[in-house]
Amino acid sequence: MIVEAGHFALVLAFALALVQSVVPLAGARIGEMRLMAVGGPVALAGFALVGIAFAALTATYIQSDFSVANVWENSHSLKPMLYKVTGTWGNHEGSMLLWVLILTFFGALVAAFGRNLPATLRANVLAVQGWIGAAFLMFILTTSNPFARLDPAPFEGRDLNPILQDIGLAIHPPLLYLGYVGFSVCFSFAVAALIDGRVDAAWARWVRPWTLAAWMFLTGGIAMGSYWAYYELGWGGFWFWDPVENASFMPWLAGTALLHSAIVMEKRSALKIWTVLLAILTFSLSLLGTFLVRSGVLTSVHAFATDPTRGVFILAILVVFIGGSLSLFAWRAGSLTAGGIFHPISREGALVLNNLFLTTATATVLVGTLYPLVLEAVTGDKISVGAPFFNLTFGPLMLPLLVLIPFGPLLAWKRGDVYAAAQRLMAAFGGALLAMLVTWLVVDRVTVFAALGVGLAAWMVLGALTDLAQKSALGTAPLGVSMRRLAGLPRSVFGTALAHMGVGLTTLGIAATLAFQSEHITVMKPGDVADIDGRSLRFEGVAPVRGPNYTETRAQFVFAKDGRTLGEISSAKRLYTARQMPTTEAGILTLGLSQLYVSLGDATSNGGMVVRVWWKPLVTLIWLGGLVMMIGAAVSLTDRRLRVGAPSRKARTAVAAASQ
Amino acid sequence: MRNLALITAILLSVIAAGPAFAVQPDEVLADPVLESRARTLSAELRCMVCQNQSIDDSDADLAKDLRVLVRERLIAGDTDEQVLDFIVSRYGEFVLLKPRLSARNALLWGAPVVLLIGGALLAVFTVRARRRGAERLSDEEQARIAKILDGERG
Repeated sequence: MIVEAGHFALVLAFALALVQSVVPLAGARIGEMRLMAVGGPVALAGFALVGIAFAALTATYIQSDFSVANVWENSHSLKPMLYKVTGTWGNHEGSMLLWVLILTFFGALVAAFGRNLPATLRANVLAVQGWIGAAFLMFILTTSNPFARLDPAPFEGRDLNPILQDIGLAIHPPLLYLGYVGFSVCFSFAVAALIDGRVDAAWARWVRPWTLAAWMFLTGGIAMGSYWAYYELGWGGFWFWDPVENASFMPWLAGTALLHSAIVMEKRSALKIWTVLLAILTFSLSLLGTFLVRSGVLTSVHAFATDPTRGVFILAILVVFIGGSLSLFAWRAGSLTAGGIFHPISREGALVLNNLFLTTATATVLVGTLYPLVLEAVTGDKISVGAPFFNLTFGPLMLPLLVLIPFGPLLAWKRGDVYAAAQRLMAAFGGALLAMLVTWLVVDRVTVFAALGVGLAAWMVLGALTDLAQKSALGTAPLGVSMRRLAGLPRSVFGTALAHMGVGLTTLGIAATLAFQSEHITVMKPGDVADIDGRSLRFEGVAPVRGPNYTETRAQFVFAKDGRTLGEISSAKRLYTARQMPTTEAGILTLGLSQLYVSLGDATSNGGMVVRVWWKPLVTLIWLGGLVMMIGAAVSLTDRRLRVGAPSRKARTAVAAASQ
Repeated sequence: MRNLALITAILLSVIAAGPAFAVQPDEVLADPVLESRARTLSAELRCMVCQNQSIDDSDADLAKDLRVLVRERLIAGDTDEQVLDFIVSRYGEFVLLKPRLSARNALLWGAPVVLLIGGALLAVFTVRARRRGAERLSDEEQARIAKILDGERG
């Protein structure tokens, strides 16, 4: 009953999405307020209906109702409750339903919080959201129905893939989709503006919070996914340049560019056409990512060709939305008036440079990801494009961008003074040189890379602090005055500084891990001690453990220095009984910002065990940096300017006063 | 990320991703210089039966064979380039995770450079043209000024 109700709710949601696609748009065309006003309630109702469908699917997972094919394929009665819930989206059908749930959630947010938008813009935005919703609801209903029944119902389910039975599944996909799909709002705003033929600074002001929110979630989703892969897959890598990773990384890069160009548009009403294009491209890359992951085209062009129903459907959605929006752009972009002018050396100029590097980097990842597919489809030749290619191309593109980051916020709008900015950054530059020198002298005299990486990271962190110090006149005004000024700075200034600092911390984590990590591959017997860079790791022994739906062999280790225990680690090899599938559960000991990573291999014939141990200095900074970026975005979102939405005159004077 | 790759893979029932043990202790060469060269080379070679894994990361039997082969060639005195050539001659270019610079891959390697330079030129010209356009007065404005000046004279 619940299952059919869920299915029915989904069909209703599809019908409502069609209404939402057409009625507000028609209203906006003929200037009929009552038709335009339909968009809001329909968007809210659509979200409620998809919510009911999603709740119904979750309920069938909790009940382990194996008469539903999707539950039978991906669940098991002995699975812990957390994974029964998260298993709802740990499969194709469920994850598409989550995708649409989040899409309608954003539509509902626009409906609920967009009351101060001009009526036609709001109607058009909701209509475009309706198109996307209708397309994907049709995809679910026709090719990926999560509510299909089985008759007779099997007695037991086939269990969720063990790798997904992890807290990561509870956090990573929802965050990632909030980011991915959040960019749909920017897309809808861009298309609505093109339909209207009008785009101004107020438009950028409305778009920015959505971009910021989507970017924040996507940053979290990617960081979380990276950490999950790091601890779950058992060989301690944090980024693999896997096509599926790239699929989420491209919208992030383009979204980062969008975030910055929208600032220029809001403050100086320049880069309008470019910002609109970028908003379209960012969500197009989200759609492309969905296609790459969901169609199976990545595994092989041939796998795609053998069961093309789903793939072709998403490809059609892709072509219609990307092709349609770009055609609309080509047709209407000319009618958008160009905005303010600026000198190349200015805040605007710096942000253009940021966009140049970020979009080139996005394009590089895009070409690298699609090249093997296109080449195989066209010529039949198979080549591989993997991590070494991306490191060699993406790295050099990021380097100048990272070096230039601290300059941006210190340049004035319209016409900046690069020498003055450089002078203000002298302290940060000195600090970075010192960090480099210390790294080279104290830690490692061989690899220049290490010193450069640490120096670059210090440069970015100190540069971000310099910006705050400058804006609060620290050092030039009396301390009390500059403290008051610091407290009075707009939140977005703190947001910028935090986000840039986060990039610096991530860079430090990556540089330190790549340069200083040590790896030890040995065979150990119970009682053996391995020397890990002057500290000792003692293998205590192994014991069998029985979990709710698995059995494991758990090995205990003690990590110590000069006889003083630093911590205990347990690392395991697990066997999930339902699927007879083995996994490794790496043992991780966090000491400060660094981690000891222990992974078990096979047992050897003489009673020992292959043990892999990595000491990864400062590795946690890779993800903590992402967290700091997220906090920066959150702080920026609470900026008064965004909180009040469309600016009233009063709010505008308040902001102006605060920034003086 | 990776786990999404796995979701996809699982859905397509292509692979059952098992634990990765990669390099075994008995494979490790006594000479640390040779071993480190072997590791660097291994990271550039694809495990042919895996989904986007290097032989350095993979526990597949084929990956182990290749790792051993790389080490054998190194001990035999091959340069890094000779080792790669040898493996490509056996398994084809598909085995290289960093495709070679060739006519076929020109677009792949050229794209970042062309896009960066093209984008930079486009940005410079657009900003310049806009500035020049803004400095010059439109015909209408010229006419108005002429009128005002005429009025003053007259």
